Amino acid sequence: MKRQAENLVAWLELRTGLPGAIAHFLDEKIPASGGWHQVFGSVALFLFLTQAFSGILLAFNYAPTPGEAYNSLRYILTEVTGGRLIRGLHHWGASMMIVVVVLHGVQVFVFGAYKKPRETTWILGVALLLLTLTYGLTGYLLPWDNRAYWGTVVATKIAASAPLAGPYMTRLLGAAKGVGVVTFARFYAVHVLLLPPATMLLILAHVYLVRRHGVTPQPGDEALPKKPFYPAQVFKDTAAIFIAFAVLFTLAVAAKVPLEQLADPTDTTYIPRPEWYFLFLFQTLKFFEGPLEIVGSTILPGLAVLALFAVPFIDRGQMVKVTRRTVAIVFVALAGIGWSGLTAAAVMSTPREAVAQVDYSAPTDWIQLSPEEMAGIAYFREENCAGCHSTGSSLGPDLTRAAVHKDAAWMIRHFKQPGAVRPGSAMPPVALGDAQLNSLAAFLLKLTPENASALAEAPDFAVRGAVVYQSGHCAACHMVNGVGMKVGPALNGLARRQTRSWVDDHFANPQKLSPGSIMPPYRLSGEDQKNLTAYLFSLPE
Amino acid sequence: MEDLESVPPAAAAGRSRRGFFQAGILGLGAAIAAALGLPALAYLLIPPKSEPRDSWIEVGELNKFAAGAPLEVAFRRNRTDAWKVVSEKDTAWVVKHADGGVTAFGPQCTHLGCAYHWDDGRQQFLCPCHSSLFRMDGSVISGPAPRPLDRYETKVENGRLMVGRLRTSSQRQA
Repeated sequence: MKRQAENLVAWLELRTGLPGAIAHFLDEKIPASGGWHQVFGSVALFLFLTQAFSGILLAFNYAPTPGEAYNSLRYILTEVTGGRLIRGLHHWGASMMIVVVVLHGVQVFVFGAYKKPRETTWILGVALLLLTLTYGLTGYLLPWDNRAYWGTVVATKIAASAPLAGPYMTRLLGAAKGVGVVTFARFYAVHVLLLPPATMLLILAHVYLVRRHGVTPQPGDEALPKKPFYPAQVFKDTAAIFIAFAVLFTLAVAAKVPLEQLADPTDTTYIPRPEWYFLFLFQTLKFFEGPLEIVGSTILPGLAVLALFAVPFIDRGQMVKVTRRTVAIVFVALAGIGWSGLTAAAVMSTPREAVAQVDYSAPTDWIQLSPEEMAGIAYFREENCAGCHSTGSSLGPDLTRAAVHKDAAWMIRHFKQPGAVRPGSAMPPVALGDAQLNSLAAFLLKLTPENASALAEAPDFAVRGAVVYQSGHCAACHMVNGVGMKVGPALNGLARRQTRSWVDDHFANPQKLSPGSIMPPYRLSGEDQKNLTAYLFSLPE
Repeated sequence: MEDLESVPPAAAAGRSRRGFFQAGILGLGAAIAAALGLPALAYLLIPPKSEPRDSWIEVGELNKFAAGAPLEVAFRRNRTDAWKVVSEKDTAWVVKHADGGVTAFGPQCTHLGCAYHWDDGRQQFLCPCHSSLFRMDGSVISGPAPRPLDRYETKVENGRLMVGRLRTSSQRQA
């Protein structure tokens, strides 16, 4: 076995020289001071490769045109096995890449590793940082939901305000007439066609220069023997990569990335917010008003980027120990404080989501249910029915199959006196009124093994809104999803016809807003009214 | 073991450190590869959840069909193609039997998918491409067709004929 492996290596060496090249690469001698602080470059490279991997997988199920993009992403999230995980890896991987690339830059900056002869390595590194940010900016539009659309509207308007270059930038971004199909095509092309090969070339050149000049020694390293890159440093790099990957994987599994509603260019109430790593720029913008706005939007960021490129030419002193680089450390600390302060201010000034949003990254089968069935979900949750009746629990039967052999009348008798209908049942009676029990039975009749997990996604605001709808007997005049009377207008499509504030005001005084209406006024509590309006606005057209 | 005893302790410690590093690199690398590779395989290979809902389409009143006179009917149906719902025109050859039962055949020859038609004179389905011939019950008389005509699932509701999914003869048996 070992002999065969050696033969294979010899065969490959003669024909390709690859084993020798790898050995040469791994045998690089690094300074004695090398160690854990030098892992960030490897982690950034690993994250880039992971982004390419998850990005290609997403592209296998993604249609890159507006509208289709949204529907195909929704398909990935709700129907494709593992789709949610792959999207999570790509989404969180983008954020982690920014973090790690910045940490890499900070390490190099603090240690002064950009000094002669490594100036070009630094410049390529800054270029790679800008590419990473461009990935974030262009990728933000690709889900084509409201968040993506309105975030990009702001970004393109900032580009348009740039002195001199503004109008050309707008045309280049395909946003001369606002964000539209051309903008989308350009962003997609930049994200998947232009940036990846550019990044690979720059990484190649960057790593080549690192090898050419060697890992930066610290003062005092000259006296000490050098050590090999493999295996000790490779192990440290791998361990750091593993920690980064564990964080990324946990985020992808546990932290849900929501998908908002399909981009609606007419939704003027939407308050756009950029991705967290751009929030500091967003906040900087607020300090400049009127004609000075371009100072915050383009001039300051432009100067900052130039200064970053120029770092090796500004600081040209001799290499000193990292502990004596107080100016650099203070500078990083100040930048960190400034960045945190701006970001925190931006987060604080973000209005709390006033209205409940439907998360379209989960199945939305529930929007087809009648209000009575939706209210049934609320009682199902309140009474904690799933505590005994979940699949896999032995306490009560699986309710997803109840509708096959039981009718509503049987269920309601059973809710009231479980033991009378099914002798020996350990179930306590359900202490609800007749209307509520009807709702509960109506929901259980709709429940099947196929839709159980999708219906479990029904948001709380919607099921509570349906309870308010039921207790107000709205169905006596209105129709929702084909159920109810036609005395008043059907409520599907309300979101298209009216604003939320109009609907809220209308409850209290219908005649004021629709003269001649026979709808009685409703005095609802703030919470009830919010849930009911949000529920009605989530209904399908 | 004898080898180890003959080397100085410091070198042996260095070797075990080296072994630990190598095992760590391989182990952590393999864990990452598995955590990325297995979900990727599931993502690419497991069929998406979208359950094919049995949608029944009405194709006409039952009494418009006459026994022994196959009739081609056209209808539209929605087909779900991943994230798209496509409205497609489809046709069926409907044969009413003497006992009142109905069969609806898919409109394509089972050989290469040409549209066949009913030959009134010969009382057979004839495919113009390679002259496959089928009986009124869909079975092959002659020609290159490898299997009987495909059939739609059918049912009758309130005197109206409904068609469901198209099944090949082998799927029907399964």
